[in-house]
Amino acid sequence: MIEVENLTKEYGEFRAVDNISFSVEKGEILGFLGPNGAGKTTVMRILTCFFPPTKGKVMVAGYNCFEDSLNVRKRIGYLPQRVPLYEDMKVNDYLRFVAAIKGTPAKEVKRKAAKVMDDCGLSDVSNKLIRAISGGYRQRVGIAQALVNDPEVLILDEPTVGLDPKQIKEIRNLIKELAGKHTVILSTHILPEVSILCGRVIIINKGKVVAEDRPENLATESAQRMLLRINGNAQTIGQELSRVGGIKGVEREQASGEANGFIVVLEDEKQGRQGIQAMIERNKFELVEMRLLEVSLEDIFIKLVTKEEA
Amino acid sequence: MNIRNVSLILNRELKSYFSSLTVYIVILMFLLMTGYFFYNLTATFSIVSFQAQSDPMLAKQYQLLNINETVIRPLFGTIGIILLMMTPLLTMRLLAEEKKTGTIELLLTFPVNDVDVVLGKYLACLVVVLTMILLTATYPVLLVTLGEPEVVPIWTGYLGMVLLGASAISLGLFTSSLTENQIVSASMSFAMLFFFWLISYSAPLVSAGLGRFLSYLSINEHIESMSKGVVDSTDIIYYLCFIVLFLFLTLRSLETKRWR
Repeated sequence: MIEVENLTKEYGEFRAVDNISFSVEKGEILGFLGPNGAGKTTVMRILTCFFPPTKGKVMVAGYNCFEDSLNVRKRIGYLPQRVPLYEDMKVNDYLRFVAAIKGTPAKEVKRKAAKVMDDCGLSDVSNKLIRAISGGYRQRVGIAQALVNDPEVLILDEPTVGLDPKQIKEIRNLIKELAGKHTVILSTHILPEVSILCGRVIIINKGKVVAEDRPENLATESAQRMLLRINGNAQTIGQELSRVGGIKGVEREQASGEANGFIVVLEDEKQGRQGIQAMIERNKFELVEMRLLEVSLEDIFIKLVTKEEA
Repeated sequence: MNIRNVSLILNRELKSYFSSLTVYIVILMFLLMTGYFFYNLTATFSIVSFQAQSDPMLAKQYQLLNINETVIRPLFGTIGIILLMMTPLLTMRLLAEEKKTGTIELLLTFPVNDVDVVLGKYLACLVVVLTMILLTATYPVLLVTLGEPEVVPIWTGYLGMVLLGASAISLGLFTSSLTENQIVSASMSFAMLFFFWLISYSAPLVSAGLGRFLSYLSINEHIESMSKGVVDSTDIIYYLCFIVLFLFLTLRSLETKRWR
């Protein structure tokens, strides 16, 4: 549905996007993850034909973004980051305007606008001026205008920024319902959002793709770690631990301030666990705590992003 | 170009114009200023006319004691200048505001051509300016009911006003495309319109040929003959070229925005 090949975008001397390639299948939700200034918005603006790339080829729904931009624009719905809306219009007038300008036949404009207001929970504010509604409703109007002509591709730039937790949940449910029918690309720097919503995630930093996979694969790929808390002589325990098989490394855990914490990096989980157990029994240490540390997307993200900088 | 898209944008712009106070204030100021000049011109005319009845010398002195020459012609001159002063206030928001608020990002990713956007916005502002010009019709209507002016110069004079207004909008739309600051846009429009207004003043200082060229460039020279009742094709062509040139530059400016 979306194919991006060797995409590069330069603003004068500054290279915002550096030779990115990826593709998105029909019905997929792709998460676009990256720190601020990574180039997420630039990629989205190119996908929506707001400006052309410096180099590279971008195909959306079978049309070239640069050569056939009108055909691309007919098939996308776009929610820009700042949710720019015409403040002086009423919600229903605005959505009718967008429906019409996106090519909905005149007879169906009212019906489509009414349907999308219903879907996005906007019926209560349909007669209010956009400048008078709350941030949560604004965001929903933004999503509604992207959805109004039932586009094949949805491009959402940080769709849940600035919402309260309840609204975030509602918007996420809304996006989840879109999967399958629509192809969705959404950018965010909220990590749990990616695990909840996206089938696949692309992490970009400084204009380059640093990782691309399913969220759960990204999490398991990196080495597993285990926290151990053992009573006894710290030095001996450390020495003993490093001799256990299936363990790549041992370091002291000092963050919690409690005594005798160790973080063990496991090479083979089962072997390491058994080895540690045997070692404790042999030395008659007292085991206080032993648990696998859950690797969050956050850790991977920070690792990937800081690795680049080092 | 897609007529439906143009009319959709035109409608949206018009709604937005008339939902803000600016338009009403601009129209009010315009009518106050032109009304003041109209009152002065007619009052002077009637006083001089009365005096001339008893003073044949004075009547001779004012050889052109003719309502077309002493009221209508100067009135069109004044309306023209005030029009040039007011249109930048109407055009400044057209594109600059969309850039400031970011709505341009959605507008340009909707499936519409840039031409549709430019024409829709241009025509919306033209409707406002035509309304303004139409409201001044009360002055000649008063003259026609109370006096006996020649009617043809009134029609042709209004044709000149419409062309002048349409040109000023085109230039204003262009300056609005250059910046996201409405004040900057209005200042640029003022400066450029005054340049085109005053350029004929340099005509006597240069060689005859260049002088004629400078006069031809001047935006208000061309309404002179129209307010006398003469419609010259070169005048019409001048305004049409002016309008098309700045609409074209606006389009180009939007396009280069995409490239940067």
